[in-house]
Amino acid sequence: MGLKGFRKNRNALHLFMLIAVLTVLPCVVKSGYHLLVLNLIGLNTMIVVGLNLLIGYAGQISMGHAVFFGLGAYISAIVTTNVTGAAWLPVWFPQWVVPWVVTFAAMVCTGAVAYLTGIPTLKLKGNYLVMATLGLNIIFEIVLVEWDTMTGGANGMTGIPHLSVGRFAFNSDLRFYCLVWGATVLTLIVSLSLVSSRVGRALKAIHGGETAASTLGIDTQAYKVKVFVLSAMYASLAGSLYAHYLTVITPKSCDILYSIQMVIMVIVGGLGGVWGSLFGAALLTLLSEFLHIVEKFNVVALGLILMLVMIFFPEGLLPGIRRLIGKTREPTLALGPFMDSDPLR
Amino acid sequence: MTLLDKLSQFFFSGLTTGSIYAIIAIGFGVVHNASGIMNLLQCEFVTLGGMITVTLYSFVGIPLPVSIPLSIITVTLIGALFERSAIRTARSQQIIVLIFITIGASIFVRGLALTVWGSDPFVLPPFSGNRPIHILNATIVPQNLWVLSVTILVVVTLYFFFKKSLTGKAMRAASCNRQAAALSGISVNRMVLLSFAMSGGLGAVAGIIIAPITTTSYDVGFMLGLKGFSAAVLGGYGSMPGAVLGGLLLGVTESLATGIVSSAYKNAVAFIILLLVLFIRPSGLLGEPVAERV
Repeated sequence: MGLKGFRKNRNALHLFMLIAVLTVLPCVVKSGYHLLVLNLIGLNTMIVVGLNLLIGYAGQISMGHAVFFGLGAYISAIVTTNVTGAAWLPVWFPQWVVPWVVTFAAMVCTGAVAYLTGIPTLKLKGNYLVMATLGLNIIFEIVLVEWDTMTGGANGMTGIPHLSVGRFAFNSDLRFYCLVWGATVLTLIVSLSLVSSRVGRALKAIHGGETAASTLGIDTQAYKVKVFVLSAMYASLAGSLYAHYLTVITPKSCDILYSIQMVIMVIVGGLGGVWGSLFGAALLTLLSEFLHIVEKFNVVALGLILMLVMIFFPEGLLPGIRRLIGKTREPTLALGPFMDSDPLR
Repeated sequence: MTLLDKLSQFFFSGLTTGSIYAIIAIGFGVVHNASGIMNLLQCEFVTLGGMITVTLYSFVGIPLPVSIPLSIITVTLIGALFERSAIRTARSQQIIVLIFITIGASIFVRGLALTVWGSDPFVLPPFSGNRPIHILNATIVPQNLWVLSVTILVVVTLYFFFKKSLTGKAMRAASCNRQAAALSGISVNRMVLLSFAMSGGLGAVAGIIIAPITTTSYDVGFMLGLKGFSAAVLGGYGSMPGAVLGGLLLGVTESLATGIVSSAYKNAVAFIILLLVLFIRPSGLLGEPVAERV
């Protein structure tokens, strides 16, 4: 009870601190651009927290999470642009409800897609899992570009309505800030309680070794698929919010580079930590905004970060630095026992 | 053109791109056998091969017969350097960490290539003229024959290297059983180094011989490389006959599907095949069934 209670309290403390900082920030940050960056950090955090449950806790790599982000964004975009203002909608029906319903429907659809693709994909390991998810992302991108009657092709879709409640529309950076960070804090709370529950311990056991976990009576395949579905639904929610916020969506916002970028955020923040994800998402979003002027430098920097962090801090940047300073109190999850280690290498 | 003419045309162009996939697939397989890593930097080896040749030929003015070997040697050295610096010094030697390092390196090199060469495609002249040849109802350019013959040459050379030479035998021994190979005095580390160098050289060859047909640019290796990986999986990952079979089969299937059905989803064909193989038979056509799926 002692340690667990302490950790629970610490998480509650961190959460409280985060909410405090989030409340103060808009009073300090006035410029629209800075709020935009903060909102993007919120959206990325949402995805990265889910992806970290998959990579850090369950030990399964997905190089295609942009697919689920894209599914959420495109389902929201396609349905709302076609339904809002449609003649067959009854007059008494409040129009503003549509985007919200679609956002949740998109989460359910994306979850279903993740479930169906997850069953065969998550049976694969190592090399093959990486390539299968990468392949899915490439196919998804091609479909987005080629199915242009539906998706607008390479130019994407514009004119997606803002989310609103009654007459109150989330159409400014500040209003959206409240919405997105509200949702992000919610996903953080869900993930934190998941991690400290029986499910979280089962996932850690799977990471430690699938065979060992299954001898303890853990249905490893079922858990892997479930956490895959959950992380896909987080990404879908982020995608829908993104589409309604920027009112534009292009295939480029869900390409492979974005998938890889999210994996880098997980790795920078450290595997298997909910709070590290926030750090990783914030750091990399800021970096890519900073390097936004010259996109090619962003690519160079991303590659260099991934390479260097993996060479020197295989457990992730944040835990690696903590190890260097000697502040680590508990053993960290390394990107380790996915495959048998080879003593000769 | 009759249907037969078309089919034979698609068949030959499929065979050409298929040869490229085959060479790249062999590169993937060589590294996999030596180290168990999927080396995604292979994609960038293809790009670098073509781009360095173009740079040497068009901008420095070195004739093709000299600039091609120079380019191959450079990329071979880059492959070796990458293994020596990034892979071997990595603090964790877990496969998945090493794969991430190759992914990072791949993005890094692609970004550098974009910075150095820009996003415009470059043209490399065909090795021997452009006069079309008619074979079996199909019209092909001499470069297609170059691609096919270089591929045959590469495969035959590698076959004899692995079967006859001492180093080749040592590499096979190391991929069979590392401990046993190390006990009999084979330096496993050197075999891994050699495999990365070889995959660099193979990637460069593929990138150079295809450049006169498709032009070359900073990201040409991305699709070619990933399709080469698909070919390797299709044939059986790590098997050399499998890589050749998978490459040719993938090239011809892609070409026929593009020509007969639709060209819009050309790039998706290889990945749909990849997913199908991974889901149904992960060991590929010629690979030994291994317990990759539990």
